[in-house]
Amino acid sequence: MRDLLSINDLTKDDALEILDTAVQLSALSDSSNRKFPTLRGRTVVNLFFEDSTRTRISFEAAAKRLSADVINFSAKGSSVSKGESLKDTALTLQAMGADAVIIRHGSSGAPAQLARKRWIDGAVINAGDGTHEHPTQALLDAFTIRRHLKKDQGDLAGLKIAVVGDVLHSRVARSNVLLLQKLGATVVLVAPPTLLPVGVEHWGAQVSFAIDDVIAECDAVMMLRVQKERMEDLFFPSEREYARNFGLNAARIAEMKESAIVMHPGPMNRGLEITAEGADSKRSVIVEQVANGVSVRMAVLYLLIGGATSRDLAAQIGDQS
Amino acid sequence: MNSWLIKNARDLQGKDVDLAVANGQIVHVKELHHQYSELDAKGLTLMPGLVDLHTHLREPGREDAETVFTASQAAVAGGYTAISAMPNTLPVADTAGVVEQVYRLGKSHGLCDVFPIGAVTVGQKGEQLAELVAMNQSEARVRIFSDDGYCVADPLVMRRALEYVKLFDGVVAQHAQDPRLTENAQMNEGEVSARLGLKGWPAVAEEAIIARDILLAEHVNSRLHICHLTTAGGVELVRQAKLRGVKVTAEVTPHHLLLTDEMAATYDATYKVNPPLRTESDVQALRRGLADGTIDIVATDHAPHPQEAKDCEWSAAAFGMLGLETAFSICYLAIVKSGLLSLADLWQRMSIAPAKLARYENHGELTVGRTANFVLVDLNKSWKVDAGALKSKSKNTPYDGMELPAVVEKTFHNGVLVYDRENQGREGA
Ligand SMILES: [Zn+2]
Repeated sequence: MRDLLSINDLTKDDALEILDTAVQLSALSDSSNRKFPTLRGRTVVNLFFEDSTRTRISFEAAAKRLSADVINFSAKGSSVSKGESLKDTALTLQAMGADAVIIRHGSSGAPAQLARKRWIDGAVINAGDGTHEHPTQALLDAFTIRRHLKKDQGDLAGLKIAVVGDVLHSRVARSNVLLLQKLGATVVLVAPPTLLPVGVEHWGAQVSFAIDDVIAECDAVMMLRVQKERMEDLFFPSEREYARNFGLNAARIAEMKESAIVMHPGPMNRGLEITAEGADSKRSVIVEQVANGVSVRMAVLYLLIGGATSRDLAAQIGDQS
Repeated sequence: MNSWLIKNARDLQGKDVDLAVANGQIVHVKELHHQYSELDAKGLTLMPGLVDLHTHLREPGREDAETVFTASQAAVAGGYTAISAMPNTLPVADTAGVVEQVYRLGKSHGLCDVFPIGAVTVGQKGEQLAELVAMNQSEARVRIFSDDGYCVADPLVMRRALEYVKLFDGVVAQHAQDPRLTENAQMNEGEVSARLGLKGWPAVAEEAIIARDILLAEHVNSRLHICHLTTAGGVELVRQAKLRGVKVTAEVTPHHLLLTDEMAATYDATYKVNPPLRTESDVQALRRGLADGTIDIVATDHAPHPQEAKDCEWSAAAFGMLGLETAFSICYLAIVKSGLLSLADLWQRMSIAPAKLARYENHGELTVGRTANFVLVDLNKSWKVDAGALKSKSKNTPYDGMELPAVVEKTFHNGVLVYDRENQGREGA
């Protein structure tokens, strides 16, 4: 694996290796909060064409804990225009000798293009592209689910996970459908028909228009952010109607299995897709998702540009302890 | 060098044929006088020059992408002796002045005939009819009108245009695309767009306009031409309309006969085109439609773009791909090699039928007394597409590196050898 552009780039074993590595790294971080020397002398660039403070900070923290040098390149608001900008920016980064470029872009496929055209030699990591994919988010979601429901072990077979909300525009949903199914889980997409893509029947996931029909049987409920502008594009009539039919509220949480968890990739629209009771309930692992994101991204960087495997890490840990 | 005796060629039926040319016309062999060049065309097939009714020449306004001259060079290299300049230039070809400018440019270069297509509405804004009669009566004698690139979406404007062109036996060529259903659309809506997260351009956005326009043309008894048909549903609408006797014709591009929306999975914007590449079943329906005559002609929708318009993220890239230099080979591959049509039938749809549809009197036929617009093709050879070696000023071909059958060897326009593959260019004057 040279780049991480899509969950499709990963085999099931690759994905499990990332999760296992993240487990080890998180255990070490929790205990000592120390830095690992793995990426000393390496340069990691955060190339963000779109604002996303939380994702950028998460990658930055991950890279720094592995001792990499981090360059933050925010292309938004600078003189970047359409067209050549992506190419020119890439060539600039190439000149700086980036070992990995973490790219967030508003256009689906921009990271794939960066990698395919080989404007840069370094690894390309997709940190969210348009309405396409967000693979590290899916990995951290899978990590979180596995931690709570599988004790950090093995795959996700036997679990049923609901992904609720604006599936049509969600890169988080696309990556999660691919990854969770790859890991053996059953995925059910819950959304109004307007917010499901034409062609969703090829995804292999179940589809439901009623959250109340599925919530009692799910092991995890992943709420997607719904942008208020979607209302103007006629995807749903009003915020109230959306919240009533698809929002996660106290009554729905009460229907959930004893062990089931509530997830959200953030940032949340409290009162729209999730109520305060939902976000702050004891089932909510939303804050934990953020911490897990750093471990998972460390694992991705470690395996992608550290030139190492999870076994090497085990050995390394053995040496140091 | 304007008198020729072409010997030992084969015609479209595979029969041996000699062809004599003098003063730009086809003549009886015995009418040839002492000074003529003899050309041994053994192994080559001789056919009327191809006629394209859908070409973007970009001049005036975007000479960085293509000019009338470079498009003419590309045309004759592809075996075309007539091309039709779409009006979406800067300024828009919506007046007699602009269409005459383009027509004269084509004439001055003298490689092939360049027939301008006029805009239906002022500035292609879809609001007010352009002066269609003035364009028709200009030196350019515009016979086809289109707002191509944009759909004439307002039903009343479309109705009036269809009625108005009856004044001079004109035809309205519709780029069928409902604008509301395709806002910011990037590719065919379906399995692939769902996977790639690119905004969908649904087949229904094309078919709804085709259906409406067929009904309008039927109501006012006018000629309607559907540009670049891409969907199985659109083929069926045209088929049913023809059965009812509606005066509707339709075209298909070479790329829609070969490529599918799966190509978008590379996110390589070379494959970004409007209307978009569709599914395999659409491709098959288009091929059958062309074979059974539902689709009358092949048109290239040759759409040059400078490299920077394609070397970028998909959603920022321009729509369109080159077509002139590869059209015949692609159609030969998709239609003749696949056994759907004979060579003669394909040629009918790429030369005779478009010439007739557009009333280009000097094209599509090779009988004594006609203008000598013809090509010599080697059907037994193949060639490897090299984007960098194309005559077009732009390089946005989706076939770069592909090995294609059928090689255009020589193209004659008005009896002049305007393209000779051996000498890579123009001979005579
Ligand atoms: Zn068009």
